[in-house]
Amino acid sequence: MSKTKTKPVLEVRNLSTCFKTDQGVVTAIDDVSFDLYPGETLGIVGESGCGKTVTSKSIMRLLPEHLSFQKPESRVMYGGLNLAAATEAEMRTVRGDKIAMIFQEPMTSLNPVFKIGAQLEEALSYHTDLDRKARRQRAIDMLRQVEMPEPERRVDEYPHQLSGGMRQRVMIAMALCCEPEVLIADEPTTALDVTIQAQILDLMEGLKNKFNTAIMLITHDLGVVAQICDRVMVMYAGRVIEVASVRDLFHNPQHPYTQALLRSIPKSGGRQKGERLPTIKGIVPSLFNLPPGCRFQDRCEYREERCVRDEPLLEQHGNRSYRCHLPLGGAQ
Amino acid sequence: MSSSTDILQVKDLEMHFPVRGGILNRVQSKVHALNGVSFSLKKGEVLGVVGESGCGKSTLGKCLIRLHSPTAGSILFEGEELTGLSHGELMPYRKRIQMIFQDPYSSLNPRMTVRQALREVALFHQVPTPFGMNAYIEELVQRVGLRVDAVDKFPHEFSGGQRQRIGIARALACNPDVLVADEPVSALDVSIQAQVLNLLMDLKDEFGLTLVFVSHDLKVIEHFCDRVLVMYLGNVVEELSCDDLHKNAAHPYTKALLGANPINDPDDRRPLIVLQGDVPSPFVLPPGCAFAGRCPVAEAKCHTDRPRLERKSVDHPVSCWLVD
Repeated sequence: MSKTKTKPVLEVRNLSTCFKTDQGVVTAIDDVSFDLYPGETLGIVGESGCGKTVTSKSIMRLLPEHLSFQKPESRVMYGGLNLAAATEAEMRTVRGDKIAMIFQEPMTSLNPVFKIGAQLEEALSYHTDLDRKARRQRAIDMLRQVEMPEPERRVDEYPHQLSGGMRQRVMIAMALCCEPEVLIADEPTTALDVTIQAQILDLMEGLKNKFNTAIMLITHDLGVVAQICDRVMVMYAGRVIEVASVRDLFHNPQHPYTQALLRSIPKSGGRQKGERLPTIKGIVPSLFNLPPGCRFQDRCEYREERCVRDEPLLEQHGNRSYRCHLPLGGAQ
Repeated sequence: MSSSTDILQVKDLEMHFPVRGGILNRVQSKVHALNGVSFSLKKGEVLGVVGESGCGKSTLGKCLIRLHSPTAGSILFEGEELTGLSHGELMPYRKRIQMIFQDPYSSLNPRMTVRQALREVALFHQVPTPFGMNAYIEELVQRVGLRVDAVDKFPHEFSGGQRQRIGIARALACNPDVLVADEPVSALDVSIQAQVLNLLMDLKDEFGLTLVFVSHDLKVIEHFCDRVLVMYLGNVVEELSCDDLHKNAAHPYTKALLGANPINDPDDRRPLIVLQGDVPSPFVLPPGCAFAGRCPVAEAKCHTDRPRLERKSVDHPVSCWLVD
């Protein structure tokens, strides 16, 4: 991947999103910065509550405005437009057309009272000037592209008539019908069985190669990341703690949290009878009550005094970056 | 298959759920959730049950603890037949076979503290508590890795992993012999999942438990279980040892499941095995092998005749025409 030559399609800088809650204002993601390049798949991993979904929804500005706000220094640059400061009208030209999103639970994100054809055509009627006949044809074509069986018949069915895998195909067809430059997939296969997951991942990979779409894949499944991502961003308690190419991350993690996360997955093959899994002690800190210094320090096995005193910065080292005073080192 | 050390023997277990409808509320069709499941379980063994959603793995778990009354077949627990027993007759067995559920939040009463929830189980099953009820409960809570002050808290005060520990403590409160764990770690993050799996492994040794571990995650099954039962549409398609799962998997469906599981190594990228189509409807079973419609190697015979679960080698039953 020649990152130096291509320009990023999406630049996120200092993105911080806060929520107003009964217990005061809480910063769900804090100073998140990353680039997304055309044709790459960026995996975002982390445990529940680390801010993966808030990051994607903040980029799309899909969070409720009366309950949340972005800090003024937040910038999300897409084609010269700062999405963090864009008007709702400007957002509407981007959303669904240039940047599309696939959600985790396809049943709740499809409208149960409309036929899937109508839901596919809605985005087309908004973003293109195709006439009704052409839109229907395009909807059927898209269903065929996502390998939906019998697209001519399925286009007139309702979401409840489809299986989980087929619904997720509809979501992908809907996201891709305007050929977006950026596709944000928020746990697209978590609710699906492994055999169906394999179908959907295969499909996303094919479509990425065809349209040169940049994919932001949010997942907690490190196996999925290893198989299809180019680069990975690891988040912990609202912070980006490590960004690296998928190979560097799996073979040579620098942040102790990344290492611990990778170790705690059961390995396939080569099982030792009665072997215990390495675990991370403790639990993820509450965002209301973050530890001083590094947010991972109270669970970290390498902790030193300065980890408690100062929070490390996300620093660039070659083509990767990490947020740790005591990186694990090893062959770079 | 059967020997004197078997704690649990299941034979030809069938569970069909009637679907009623129409103005007379007649039985219109049946969901064939289990269609003749057989296996046996030795004392101290961990048996994994794996398959896609709707394959009957949870139904099997619920039949084992008799939350469902099976339509046909038998469940022998230490030689005693459990099917057909009345509510009262089942009581002595209830405390010997316990269950852990997938979602620890919806399976705990939100208005009961941990102490009340555990006390209820111990009182109901008349568990002997030589040092008093409170001491018993506190010891149990510490045994599952929670602090003693957790006993007077309510379920909402705990995180997901801690709630699952409470679920485990409740299952252990009546000192069972067999524990049926229905997707106990599926709702948890990987770091917490590892903690709970380690805990289950320790408790298994300490309490001498025999486990039935239902999961859709082959990596977890492979790590945790001794043997695995692969299910598809209410049938067992293969039963094999976890020690060399990848090498010995014989049924095309087991191979597909293994192949569809993403491997945690970016240098070992391989095309995931993509099965076409979805699982057939459980209302009307196909005449031949249930997997034939999606099977990459199916032959004409597979679509017309149903294969039986036959032992292909020692302790390795497979239900497939094409495996010998």
